Amino acid sequence: MNEELKIIWRRFFDWVMGNGPRPENEVIPPEAPPDLPFTRKPKDKYSRFHEPTLRERYNNWLELHGLHIFAILYSAMSILVCVVIVSLLLVTVAELPPFGHERNPANNEVIRRYVEHGGFETGAQNIVAGLILDYRAFDTFGESAVLFTAAVSVLMLLSASRSKNNLSGGGGKRFHSFSHDDAILRNVASLSIPIILMLGCTVVINGHLSPGGGFSGGAILSAALILCANAYGFDHVHSFLNERTFIFSSSTALMIYAMSKGYSFYTGANQIHSIIPKGTIGNILSGGLILPLNICVGLIVACTLYGFYALFSEGEI
Amino acid sequence: MLEKLFLNHYEAAAVILSGIGLTNLLLQRNLIKKIIGLNIMDTAVYLFLAAKGYVEGRAAPILLENGAGGWLRSSALYVNPVPAGLVLTGIVVSVSVTAFALALTLKVYEAYGTLNIDEALLKMTQEQEEIESEIENAEEKVLV
Repeated sequence: MNEELKIIWRRFFDWVMGNGPRPENEVIPPEAPPDLPFTRKPKDKYSRFHEPTLRERYNNWLELHGLHIFAILYSAMSILVCVVIVSLLLVTVAELPPFGHERNPANNEVIRRYVEHGGFETGAQNIVAGLILDYRAFDTFGESAVLFTAAVSVLMLLSASRSKNNLSGGGGKRFHSFSHDDAILRNVASLSIPIILMLGCTVVINGHLSPGGGFSGGAILSAALILCANAYGFDHVHSFLNERTFIFSSSTALMIYAMSKGYSFYTGANQIHSIIPKGTIGNILSGGLILPLNICVGLIVACTLYGFYALFSEGEI
Repeated sequence: MLEKLFLNHYEAAAVILSGIGLTNLLLQRNLIKKIIGLNIMDTAVYLFLAAKGYVEGRAAPILLENGAGGWLRSSALYVNPVPAGLVLTGIVVSVSVTAFALALTLKVYEAYGTLNIDEALLKMTQEQEEIESEIENAEEKVLV
């Protein structure tokens, strides 16, 4: 029935447009199914004799426009969520105690204890150093372990791709290498690298006396290493810091940290007298274990941060 | 409420910064920009912690000499030392997470040639469909 109607319609159309008569037994080519992006291959229901139901029309419409509508809805919803969260937090902030007031609940007996007894109990002039490397040393050990784990996982991820590149003949260098013959950079680096190294060592060693400590000093040391790598080339740094020394120094520092802190936890928990002297506050050799722990942390941080830089720019340490 | 917000303007700025970071994280399609959003959120947390530890008119928590060979150990002289330790933890963890995320992003770029997460997902599904059709073809051959 439908087909006959169509043929009649065609004839009427030809007559209106003034075309010549068609052969009697003309086969009407079936319409090509619409070429939909991101869809499965069209099946029988797309044939022209099939009357699409409402559900199928909705599905087709969704396949055509769904991604676009999802993108709009997604951005609208995420902006809404962020605005709601920020306004809720702002209401909370308005209820907080005033900024910088000494009677705030954050300044409670814990702080009084740390400040009044911290100097005696840890032997460190810098209360923050005593806090993070004596009272909360286990936490800092976890931090160093997290940093080391991150460095090792980045090493694994990026060195796997390097070996694949080597197999396919792509060479080890991932990105363009710098031209390492810049005279200005070299002269400035040769002047400033010793100063930066000295500053880093000072910050690490004076960690219990002044602001600083293992983390910030280690970051300064790694800055000196990165400057050296940029001025003289990575091969120059490889002569004293390659993958083996990197892993060796980081894990040795972690092990020394764990051993010494394990000793002090053991003696502290069992009320045994520790053989490590506290020293007098203010001297360079004071603070018990804080100085060696700072040196360990500084080593780990310096190696790890330089390792990140070398891995991301060269694909190897 | 605005007066109170002005009194706590550091905390308010931290909250707004973390909102900006979260929006960045949700709306950006570029993976590097997503990581930058994450870092903005981290920074907001440090600002909040540092603001909570500050006490008006007090010195940094490093013991001062009292001039007679001893140390000033009154807790009314120094600011709160605990947030400094907490911020240190946060910085270390954020550096580690950023480095790991950047390494993963580099691997995504190597595999799919794009940093856009939508394009990468599209290529991933296309590859999966290709693999599935290959498996189907192999099964048909076996059956024939």
